[in-house]
Order: sequence, then C-alpha cells, then structure tokens
Amino acid sequence: MDLIGDLLVQGVQMLLVLALAPLLTGYVRKIKARLLRRRGPSIFQPYRDLARLLRKETVVASSGSWLFSVAPYLIFAATWVAAALVPTFARGLTFSWTADLIAIVALLGSARFFLALAGMDVGTSFGGIGSSREVMIAAMAEPAMLLIVFSLALVAGATQLSTVAAFMASPEVGLRVSLGIAMIALIMVAIAENARVPIDNPATHLELTMVHEAMVLEYSGRHLAMIEFAAALKLLLYMSLLGCLFAPWGLATSGAGPAIWALGIAAYLAKLALGGFLLALFETAMAKMRVFRVPNFLGAALMLALLATLLLFVSRSL
Amino acid sequence: MMGQSPLVWSLGCVAGLIAIAALAVALSRFRNATPVIYALCLIVSTLGLSSALAALLNPAPVAPTLVLPFGLPWLGANFRLDGLSAFFLAIIGLGGASASLYAIGYGRHEAAPSRVLPFFPAFLAGLNLVPLADDAFTFLIGWEFMSLTSWALVMVQHREAENRRAAYIYIVMASFGTLALLLAFGLLAGAGGDYGFDAIRAASRDGTVAMFVLVLVLLGAGSKAGLVPLHVWLPLAHPAAPSHVSALMSGVMTKVAVYGFVRVLFDLLGEPGWWASAIVLVIGGITAVFGILNALLERDLKRILAWSTIENVGVIFVGIGLALAFKANAMDRAAALALTAALLHAFNHSVFKGLLFFGAGAVLSATGTRDLEALGGLIHRQKITAVVFLVGCLAISALPPFNGFVSEWLLFQAVLQSPELPQWGLKIMVPAIGGLLALAAALAAACFVRVYGIAFLGRPRSPAAANAMEADRFSLAAMWLLAVLCLLAGILPGFLIDAMAPVAQSMVGARMPVQSDVPWLSIVPIAATQSSYNGLLLFLFITLSAGIATFVIHRFASHAVRRGPAWGCGFADPVATSQYSASSFAQPIRRVFATILRAREHVDMPAPGDLRAARFTYETHDLVWVTLYAPLVNTIRFGADRLNRLQFLTIRRYLSLVFLSLVTLLLVLAIWT
Repeated sequence: MDLIGDLLVQGVQMLLVLALAPLLTGYVRKIKARLLRRRGPSIFQPYRDLARLLRKETVVASSGSWLFSVAPYLIFAATWVAAALVPTFARGLTFSWTADLIAIVALLGSARFFLALAGMDVGTSFGGIGSSREVMIAAMAEPAMLLIVFSLALVAGATQLSTVAAFMASPEVGLRVSLGIAMIALIMVAIAENARVPIDNPATHLELTMVHEAMVLEYSGRHLAMIEFAAALKLLLYMSLLGCLFAPWGLATSGAGPAIWALGIAAYLAKLALGGFLLALFETAMAKMRVFRVPNFLGAALMLALLATLLLFVSRSL
Repeated sequence: MMGQSPLVWSLGCVAGLIAIAALAVALSRFRNATPVIYALCLIVSTLGLSSALAALLNPAPVAPTLVLPFGLPWLGANFRLDGLSAFFLAIIGLGGASASLYAIGYGRHEAAPSRVLPFFPAFLAGLNLVPLADDAFTFLIGWEFMSLTSWALVMVQHREAENRRAAYIYIVMASFGTLALLLAFGLLAGAGGDYGFDAIRAASRDGTVAMFVLVLVLLGAGSKAGLVPLHVWLPLAHPAAPSHVSALMSGVMTKVAVYGFVRVLFDLLGEPGWWASAIVLVIGGITAVFGILNALLERDLKRILAWSTIENVGVIFVGIGLALAFKANAMDRAAALALTAALLHAFNHSVFKGLLFFGAGAVLSATGTRDLEALGGLIHRQKITAVVFLVGCLAISALPPFNGFVSEWLLFQAVLQSPELPQWGLKIMVPAIGGLLALAAALAAACFVRVYGIAFLGRPRSPAAANAMEADRFSLAAMWLLAVLCLLAGILPGFLIDAMAPVAQSMVGARMPVQSDVPWLSIVPIAATQSSYNGLLLFLFITLSAGIATFVIHRFASHAVRRGPAWGCGFADPVATSQYSASSFAQPIRRVFATILRAREHVDMPAPGDLRAARFTYETHDLVWVTLYAPLVNTIRFGADRLNRLQFLTIRRYLSLVFLSLVTLLLVLAIWT
C-alpha cells in the first residue's frame, strides 16, 4: 500500500511538471508583455502552440540523418526525468534517490549534448553557430554550477536534493552570507542555461544573435513541439530548484496526506508565480549582451560560487 | 598450489605472447599471417583476462608469489599477483583482447604487416609483465620492453617525416622516464641495495628521501602517462601508430603508468606526508584542463583522442591525489572512495578510449584521412560505426547513463569529503580542483560534440567522405563489445565497485560500502541520505519517458513528413564548405582561452576599392612546448655547437685539457674531505 501511494505521488509530480511547464512560459511572456504595455497573448498560448505544432506536417532537411529525428524525443525524455527528480511540492519522493543534484545537472548535460549534435546534423552554418556558442556557454556554466553544489553540500552535508531541502527548511540553517552569494550565482547560471536575456533572447530570430534558436532552426512540426516543451520543462526545473533550495517553505513530505499535499502545491504555485514575475522584470530591465561578454558574466558566477565556498570555511572555523 | 594458479596462468600468457611474437617473425612472409597472429593474441589475451578476473574476484588470503631464475643472480625474477596487479591485468587483458579482435579485420589495411606483427604481441607481453613484477629489476625490464616495442610500433610508417619526429621525441622522453624510475628505485632500495619489493616495503625512510622519490616517480610514471608538462610526446606518438596500437597506447599503456605510480606511492613508499597529495592534485587538475583545451583546437581526429587521453590521465591523478590526502589524514573511507573513483575511471577510460580509437581507425581506413575538415556525413555511410562512436562520445563526455559519468560522479563525491581535511591549504585547494574537473568535463563534452558533429554529421566535405564504406565484421564486433561495456558499466557500476574492494583494502586499508546490498542496485559512496546514484533506473526512466513521448506523438499527432532542402535564410548554398567547420566550431572557446592556448588571429582586410580577397588566419601553440621545451632544445643545441669545437683541437691542447681536468678533480677531492 505504501509503495502504491509513493508511486502515486511520484506520478503526480511527473504529470504536474508536464502540465505546468507551458503555463510558466506563457505566464512569463504575459508579464513581459504587460511590462512593455502590450496586452500580450493569453498565458495558455504555449499549449495552443504545442497543439498546433503537433498537428502540422514535419519538414526534415534532405541531408538530415536519423539522429535529427531521434534527438527531440531523447532531449524531451532526459529533461522530463530531470524535472521530475527535483522536489516541487513534496520532498522525499520514492525515486528521489535515483539521482542527486550533480546527476540532475549531468542529465541536462546529456540533453544539451544531443541538442548541439542535432544543430550540426543538417550541415548549415546556423546550426553550427548555435551549437558552437551553446557548448561555449555550457563550458563556463557547468563549473560554476558544480561549485554552487559544493557550497550547498558543505552547508547541508549532502548532495541529495531532498536532504538539502529538508535541511534548508530546518531552523538550524539560519541566515548565511555564503548562501546568499550561492543563490545569486545559481540565478546567473539558471539564466544562462535557459537561454534568457542577457545571455540569449528567447524571442529573437535575428540570426547573428541567436544561440538556442539557431540550433533548432531546422526543426518543425512535432519535433519542434518536443524541443519547445523540453525548453519549458527546463525553465520550470530551475525555478523549482531555486524554490526548493532557497524558499523551502510549504514543502510537504512524501507520506503527509492529501491535505498537506494540496497546501504544498499551492505554495509551489505561489513560488512559481513570484519567480516568473521576477524573471520577467529582470529580462525587461536588461539588454542582451554581446556573445563574448558572456564569459565575463559566467566567470562572475564562477567566482561568486567559489567565494561562497571559501566564506563557508571561514565562518565554520570561527 | 591452488592459490598460485592465476599467477602461473598470467606468466604463461606473457610467455605465450613472446612465443607468438617469435612465430610472427617466422610467418612474416606469408600473406595470411595477419589474422592468424591476431587470433592467437586474442586467445592468449582472453586467457590473461580470465586469470586476472579469477584473481580479483576470488582473492587468495596471501598474494601468490613466484621466483624464476632470471635477472640479477642474487635476486632472481620475482613475481606477485595481488589485487592491484590483478585489476590492472584485467584492464590490459580486456584492452589486448579487444584490440586483437579489431585487428583481425583492421590489420588487412596494413601496408607492411611485417613491421607490426612481431611487435604487437611483444608489446602486449611487456604490458602484462609490469604489473606482475615484484622487484625493481623485473619491473624496469618490463617497463623498458613496453617502451621499446611501442616505439617500434610508432615507427611503422617510418617514411613520413612527422612520424619519425614523433618516434624520436617519444624515445627521448621514454628514456628520460625510465632513468627517473631507475633513480627512484635506487633511492627506495637505499644503501642496502635490496631491490625486492618486499624489502623496499619493509624499509623505513625519512621525509627528504620520500620527497625525492615522489618527484622522480612523477617524472618517470608521469612522462609515460602524459602529465603536463611531460606530455609533449603523447599527442605525436599515439596517433602515429596503427589505430589498434593507438588504442592500446592510449587506453592501456597510460594505465600501466598509473599502476606504477599507485604501486610506489601507496604500497612501497609507506606514508608520504600530505604535501605529496597537494603536488599530485595541482598537476592532475592542470593536466586535465590543458589536455582537453588542446584537444578542442586540434583538427586531426586521432590527435584529438590523444589529447583527450591527457585530460583523462589528469582526472585519474586528481583521484589519486585525493586518496593520498585522505590517507595521510587517516580518513580511510574517503581515501577508499577517492582511490576507487580513480581506478574506476582508469578502467572506464580504457574502455571508451579503445572504442573511440577503433572508430577513428574505421574512419581512417574508409576515407584515408584523419583531418576533420575533410570528413562529414559519415552517419549516412558508416551506419554502425556512427552508433558505437556516439556511445563512446557520450561516455567520454561524462554523461549519464554511461560509464564515464559514474567515475566522475564518484570523484566529485570524493571532492565533497574534503572539508573534513585538517590542512587549510588542502581545504581551499580541493574545491578549486573540483572546479577544474568540472571545467574539464564540460570542455570534454564540447570537444566531442565537435568531433562527432564535424566527422559524422552534416554534409561530406570531401569525395572520400562521401564514398566511405562501413568497416569489416571483426572491427565492428570489437567496437560493439566495448560500446556494450560502456553502457553496462554505466548502469551497473555497483558490481565493478565491489570487485575493486580488495584493491582499496590493500592500498588504503578500507573499502567503499558493499554496493550489492543497496536496494535497486544504486551506488552509495558514503551514506544513502548524503548522495546516491542509480544509473539503471535513470536509464529505464529515460527509455520509458522517450517511449511514452514517442507513443503519444505517433498516436495523436500528425504523421506527415516532408523531405526538403535545408533552410538557408534565402541563400541556399549547395557547397559543403559553407557548413560550420572544425576550426570555426572551436572559435569561441579559442577566443575565451586565448592566453592559455597561445592563440592569435590575424585579419587582413583590404582597403575599400582594393580588389584582393580578405584573409583570416589563426595560429595556436602548445604553451608548454613554447615556454619550456623550445628554450631547452635551443640551449642543448647551443651547448652542443660550442662543445663541437673540442673535436678539432691539436694534441697539445688535448693533453693540457686532460691535465687540467685531473688537477681540478684532485682539488675537488682534497676540498671535499
């Protein structure tokens, strides 16, 4: 009975992230439009986009290989699994021990590997330019992410997300400078990983400035739907990650029962709403930076993460 | 006698391989000798692998030893097979068997088989001899045998000037390395001069001697493994050999060097202080990043793989350095974790690097080129090679659910144990080294996206690539074998970790927790609440989700597919050179790391009205070669030129020279005492 309940909660989480991901994207777009004094499309527009893409015919370039058609499903699957492993409304889910934070980041790395390969499969210069810049950004972002994980693990004594989240919710964590620095670094990494302003612009279609959009330029129809869905899931994943690490309030435990779960879901939705609003505000206030300024941005994230770790050592020894 | 049988078997394999080498000399004029010799090598290597596995999985209570009446008259040739030796013999056996299987088919492309056939079994024999040795003399004999036979294999295509240069630099560095090891064993044996390993183990020595031994072993084993700054020969020599030999040199010979280092540092030297670990950690971290950065810029497919070997050796040495640090502070469980991670990475690297070199060989024999800029679109022509090569690329980029990720993950877990270290220097250094490891892993992913994307994807950049043919059955079988191992070791790593328990137990006095008891076949480095990873479930989840997505899409979405030309933004260019090239792919990273890579770009833009074409060129240099080796070579040349004058003196001057040196020596002696 226990196992069935656990599986049920895990299943709810998997479906929840799937259902919420397009909504979050639509919500961020709506807020951005309102901040620019536009009415903007409905927040349910991404669902309609996905449905429309699924109904459309798929065009595959004549030089494309099987990798081009298989990659969208693999990218979607890897991102979905990763998003389902981050605590959203409850922690301590049955399969949460399958992968710790490092493995979740690496799983997203697998998805990115296939995305970058897919960009190069057709053999155009746009795909290549996108892939080449994407791996450059990833090469900077991943060390920063690992150092963030390191500083978190140093505080909580674990890399298991459920354990870290439980520790963050406990009163012994207190207010720490290094956690604040780690949070800023994680936000910077999240912006880079999700191809948001100022690293990349999700709304642009100007060839020379594109990174993510350049890689997926050749995709259409159901393949494009999978990739867009994966991108939305990734945004949701990073929001959930920030939420469960730095705002762990209202996180239910696995066996708590439906009433607490409902509360957890409500808290989670509130966190997403706040995070999405802040993201839209930030994006509206910033200009996109040149590609070769990106290393400075991510270098700052790296240094902040290292600083967070070193500050912890100092504060521990005092 | 039962306990001794794996040792006898392993020695029998060495003897068998030498016999095959002799047979190869005799058979060299027959045209069909190639498959016969490689088939024999395959059988003997498989026997060696099984005896090593038998010794590793059923460890004898006391490691079996054997003394044969060769070598130094008062010492004999001592052999011993403990857990560490058995583990590395298993790597050698697996690498040798897969390379032999591959070469049964691949060897047909060899222009001069008589230059390869005798040396290949002899090289395998040398590799097998080193881990079995139980005295310094036998160890060095095996080491030198391994170096010289591999040198001969580098010289197979001796008509190309580039290969001759590679072989020359290799032999100089190999001799230098052996010299350093010779001196290290001399210091270890001490004044008594007993070169048996058990005598060395029993002796005690002070800190200064330990420091010199560490430096000498770093020079000796490190030059063979490819540690920066002793790596310069490796990207030249490994690719020059035939591909199956490159696979052995990169995948297995560097591991024998790691074996030598671990044997001396953990077993023979006793307890070096924590400063030893600091040196190893820094060198390992720098090696990892430097190796992969250079791999990213290289155009030659096999040379990229050789540079990436340098990166992986750096990763392994970081693990060894961590194990040294934990051991010096009596943190036994963390030391066991770090050492297991390092050795697991050694095993994993031998598997996927072998696979990738085999794939590179298949590309080379099909297209006749190793230059990435002349490849492209091979996924359409070499369908199976493309699949297995992709597995190798995923594994070496440390991506789940393949095996490369497991060892890197364990290594990161070991890095996370460092706050417990008492030394402040290590405490602050280890996270930074962890950052370097993450940087190397991310750059490795970039590097292999580039390799796969340029060579296998896109449109063919040359007629040779457009008409490439699939590799033969034996080559494909060898690649399949290693690709399946990459996945199996990635999703079931617990069995490997348990098999390595006796190695960790004997080297650092502890082992990782028993993994076969963990539910659902997860792996747990310290405790389940801290961190755990389950490659099997992750693999199943991804397969399941991809399956669900595919099912739903194909059930409910449109099925219509149309083939059309690629979207060119209104400018459809049919020329294949308009694609992104290997150099342009690396450009952002080249620019970001320009200082380390010594990269310079020159743009020659004609003035308005001038009709000549604009030119863009760039150059990069190996930083270590430019700053360290080039001045050294110049100094030696300069000195040699000056000394050359001594050749043309008159008899009077020679006599006065002799007289002067005699007086000087006598004076020195007088002052010395």
